[in-house]
Amino acid sequence: MSTIAAARPLPENRISPVFRFAMLLPGGLVTFFLILFALGLVVFLAFRGNDGSLLGVGLTAENFLTVATDPLYWTVTLRSLVIAGLVTLATVVTAYPVAYYLAFHAGRRRNLLLFLVTLPFWTSYLLRVFAWKIVLAYNGVLNSAFIETGLWSQPTLAFLNTPAAVVVTLAHAYAPFAILPIYVALDTIPKSLLEAASDLGARPFTSFRRVVLPNSMPGVLAAALVVFVPTVGDYVTPAMVGGPASTMIGTLIQSQFGKANDWPFGAALSVCVMLVILCVVLLARGADRRFGSRT
Amino acid sequence: MSARTDTNSGGGWLGLYVLGYLVFLYLPVLLIPLFSFNNSIQAAFPLQGFTLDWYRTLYGNPALTGALANSLVIGVIAAFGATLCGITVSYMDLYGRSPLAATISAIARLPILIPGVIVGISLLILVNLIGLGPSRISIVLGHILVALPTTVVVMRSRFAAIPKTIREAALDLGASDWTTFRRVMLPLSAPAVLSAFMLSFLISFDEFIVVFFLAGTQPTLPLYIWSQLRFPRSLPTVMALGTVILTVSFIIAGTAEILRHRGLGAARRNPA
Repeated sequence: MSTIAAARPLPENRISPVFRFAMLLPGGLVTFFLILFALGLVVFLAFRGNDGSLLGVGLTAENFLTVATDPLYWTVTLRSLVIAGLVTLATVVTAYPVAYYLAFHAGRRRNLLLFLVTLPFWTSYLLRVFAWKIVLAYNGVLNSAFIETGLWSQPTLAFLNTPAAVVVTLAHAYAPFAILPIYVALDTIPKSLLEAASDLGARPFTSFRRVVLPNSMPGVLAAALVVFVPTVGDYVTPAMVGGPASTMIGTLIQSQFGKANDWPFGAALSVCVMLVILCVVLLARGADRRFGSRT
Repeated sequence: MSARTDTNSGGGWLGLYVLGYLVFLYLPVLLIPLFSFNNSIQAAFPLQGFTLDWYRTLYGNPALTGALANSLVIGVIAAFGATLCGITVSYMDLYGRSPLAATISAIARLPILIPGVIVGISLLILVNLIGLGPSRISIVLGHILVALPTTVVVMRSRFAAIPKTIREAALDLGASDWTTFRRVMLPLSAPAVLSAFMLSFLISFDEFIVVFFLAGTQPTLPLYIWSQLRFPRSLPTVMALGTVILTVSFIIAGTAEILRHRGLGAARRNPA
């Protein structure tokens, strides 16, 4: 192939400008206008004062000062980080054995199992959260089932409207996100590495700890990221099953663009969330590089 | 147990765990269909007997029908837009050999790293600025954005799976870029195109977090469900509607997954 290609100009070098322009146009419009320009607007708005108009007034850092000095925002941000952190940890830890089974033990059932674990990914997020509402409610599935089986004499309020309910619901809603990246990482580990480990006398657990786990870390970090990002900004689950004690940063952003009607401040909160996510991504990158050097 | 693939000892316990995991994954969702047939306004045990009454309440509900029509129209248009962008972005990323194409492809996958609430408010600001305001067109734009990473990933992996030699042969035989794309590469990836279209339709059809900010006076189906959740009396109706939506989602997603993997083997077996 390479000898033939070398004899004449590479096909890639003769892409016509018209074709290139037409092919780049739709994606270019969407990415530059809907993504970059829209995000730029958020950053711009974050430095404006609120006068009720669309793009605000003046140039000020007051929004960020409020975020930095009001303890409410520290509390809510910290709570969002803790909840998203717990959800990420729970999702990744529970997903790892499933991914491991898929990669090394599933055999002929692999495709069916892969299909089954990815299917909930495509069902309505709202309905998955709603399902937990009916499970945890005072007159709900869990309470009534416990009373029916005689475990409890009366229903408890302890399930719904707690941060724990938010963690469980989010962990369930985002569970399918975590399996695939870990599975891909495990599946691409060369089998010869595992054979070498056992030939050199590593016991199964040692070979898992020293060979499989480090080699799958890029997948684990990718999984953690795709779970962490949507959960840290979530506002639907806290509203549905969390109650007032589980207000998250997404809830606050949403209310600034709704009831509170302070768009510049909401934009400033959004910028803070994006900065937090940027830090997490950089941390993950750093960790990835540490493990990446072994592969 | 060793980590080798051929030994299956230890896989037994792990297999049980996977089974338990699948139960955890599906059980809460399957409660919605279960209680939608239950003759009680509350979702609680013991079951009160079988009924189809809640499904009857779905008929002749103009607000629901309007929301459904909205969701279908928006879903189809957004899926068309997202698939078109997914095809062109990933094709140029793989074969365009330009930094611009690679940049566009990277930005197209960026929404994965932005929480939905921020995508929602950034688009809300944008559509107000350009005068669209919250409307169905705004929802379409939002859903193109939300579905874009999926269509790019699906199409990119498909294009990458087509042997390079096929495209080079077409170009060497004198086909123009456009002909090569339209007559060779696109037909070879037709199942993936259909799969990307179906998945992005499903994403739009089920999407709530972004549409919440962009809807004007005409809600979509998830927004209709959200508005009904305030009324305890309409809980069973929501469950009946949820059951219908879940069934449709499972069928579409299942078909899309099958399509995504179909035909790949043929392209690999006959690399020109």
